[in-house]
Amino acid sequence: MLDAGSHADAYNFAYLDEQTKRMIRRAILKGIAVPGYQVPFASREMPMPYGWGTGGVQVTAACLVPEDRLKVIDQGADDTTNAVSIRRFFQRTAGVAVTESTPEATLIQTRHRIPETPMTEGQILVYQVPIPEPLRFLEPRETETRKMHELEEYGLMHVKLYEDIARHGQIATSYAYPVKVEGRYVMDPSPIPKFDNPKLSGNPAIQLFGAGREQRIYALPPWTEAVSLDFDDHPFETSKAPHDCDLCGARASYLDEVITDDQGGRMFVCSDTDFCAGRRAEGHVGRLGEAA
Amino acid sequence: MTLHSTDFPQKMRDPDQPLLTVENLTKRYGARIGCADVSFDLYPGEVLGIVGESGSGKSTLLSCLAGHQRADLGRIAYDGRDVLAMSETDRRRLGRTDWAYVHQNPRDGLRMGVSAGGNVGERLMAVGARHYGQIRGKAVDWLGRVEIAADRVDDRPSSFSGGMQQRLQIARNLVTSPRLVFMDEPTGGLDVSVQARLLDLLRGLVRDMGLSVIIVTHDLAVVRLLAHRLMVMKSGRVVEQGLTDQVLDDPQHAYTQLLVSSVLQV
Ligand SMILES: Nc1ncnc2c1ncn2[C@@H]1O[C@H](COP(=O)(O)OP(=O)(O)OP(=O)(O)O)[C@@H](O)[C@H]1O
Ligand SMILES: [Mg+2]
Ligand SMILES: [Zn+2]
Repeated sequence: MLDAGSHADAYNFAYLDEQTKRMIRRAILKGIAVPGYQVPFASREMPMPYGWGTGGVQVTAACLVPEDRLKVIDQGADDTTNAVSIRRFFQRTAGVAVTESTPEATLIQTRHRIPETPMTEGQILVYQVPIPEPLRFLEPRETETRKMHELEEYGLMHVKLYEDIARHGQIATSYAYPVKVEGRYVMDPSPIPKFDNPKLSGNPAIQLFGAGREQRIYALPPWTEAVSLDFDDHPFETSKAPHDCDLCGARASYLDEVITDDQGGRMFVCSDTDFCAGRRAEGHVGRLGEAA
Repeated sequence: MTLHSTDFPQKMRDPDQPLLTVENLTKRYGARIGCADVSFDLYPGEVLGIVGESGSGKSTLLSCLAGHQRADLGRIAYDGRDVLAMSETDRRRLGRTDWAYVHQNPRDGLRMGVSAGGNVGERLMAVGARHYGQIRGKAVDWLGRVEIAADRVDDRPSSFSGGMQQRLQIARNLVTSPRLVFMDEPTGGLDVSVQARLLDLLRGLVRDMGLSVIIVTHDLAVVRLLAHRLMVMKSGRVVEQGLTDQVLDDPQHAYTQLLVSSVLQV
């Protein structure tokens, strides 16, 4: 990633120029006004590859103010290369404070997870989105999918779920599970596990979704209803590995499977590293954990 | 399981009132005429055949009627409603409920990446069906009605023969018990023996379901078998229309005379 240098001399606050940020803010405001609707915006080149979440980075850049405390997570972890690079990018270009703590953060940029610790009013959660169009799977024509959203023709989403059940005996979609927002727009929540879907709905935080390559921004304002699609006889169900966290003993958090040695040893640990560390600090101990 | 008319309640209708009334329908492509000044009535349960040489405007007329293309001039009334004045939402809704459209090439009318059951179930889901078991039950029932074995329900259409694909397209269209079906050369790309079987099947379905049909074809044998009435087109205009047997046995217009004589093979 490009070294942005000291933000005072080389770059505008948070890298993007003010005009670009205003354009992105207009798209965000429109997205908030029409929950779940994909707003086109003129995505800018960012000094990082598209796969790194340039859509989320641009949304974050447009939202940040100097007083913010930024947290960046990738699959729930604060310490992956991707998360560290994005966090460092904004430290350098915006000089904002950073944190790994969910409650302390004012803005969280995320890839593939919603934090376990409930979010609160005033916080902003920014998602990195690779493919914003939930209908793309069965209808590749952009003109047609736009029309389907406009006219609320969402039968095709259920065809996708039908195919899942026909092939696997159950709805096998476990990531990027589509939701209907406030009874109107069907939305792709980005590749979060469907375990996280219930947290999308009625969330006190502002949720913003940015797709860089596809140039789309959409949003869920606080307390917005987002219902996971399903069938009457195959209702939506969340799923996780049937274990407790081996480090902190949490029963209800989303787990990653980790290989511990080359003898096939493995353990299950919270994917949300901040949540797991917090529990251990409070004295919770899992099967393989050591007392703090 | 069978589909009962109560599944998709329909208004009581008067068989003496036309289901579709078309007046002076005209569509141009720049300076070229697609179809011009076409007028006719279609009554409930009636099958109207449209014949004419290549380029005579049959497909243009059909796609304007079905709302796939916008006519430049004229009026279309369906069940008393002005189709051209309808909102796009209403027109597209009609397209997945009351109306159906069978394409010549099944690839244009099927989702090739979706199982046979998903193809048949799509229209049900589009109008709000949300019970997987019932959707699948209806799909299997409809596969049976078009003579496709129930154990093919999870196969994709790409593994079907041309005739099977066309029968699947028909099942996919008829599952919501439409009232009006548009067909553009439905037997066009098929072998003669496969055509004959498909025609028998179509005739049975049209009769059993009381469908109103507008069918475009090159093949006079098809209209002889299916159509109550016949419209002959040339250069975008209707040159003759009437009861099928009358038009074919006693053609009045010189062009129709050519068409029914073996001299001109359309
Ligand atoms: N999309 C288009 N753009 C321009 N001209 C068109 C278009 N579609 C059809 N035409 C012209 O309109 C006229 C009617 O064509 P149409 O396809 O309706 O005939 P058809 O009777 O269906 O012919 P065929 O039997 O070959 O299918 C022809 O002159 C054709 O070239
Ligand atoms: Mg044609
Ligand atoms: Zn844990």
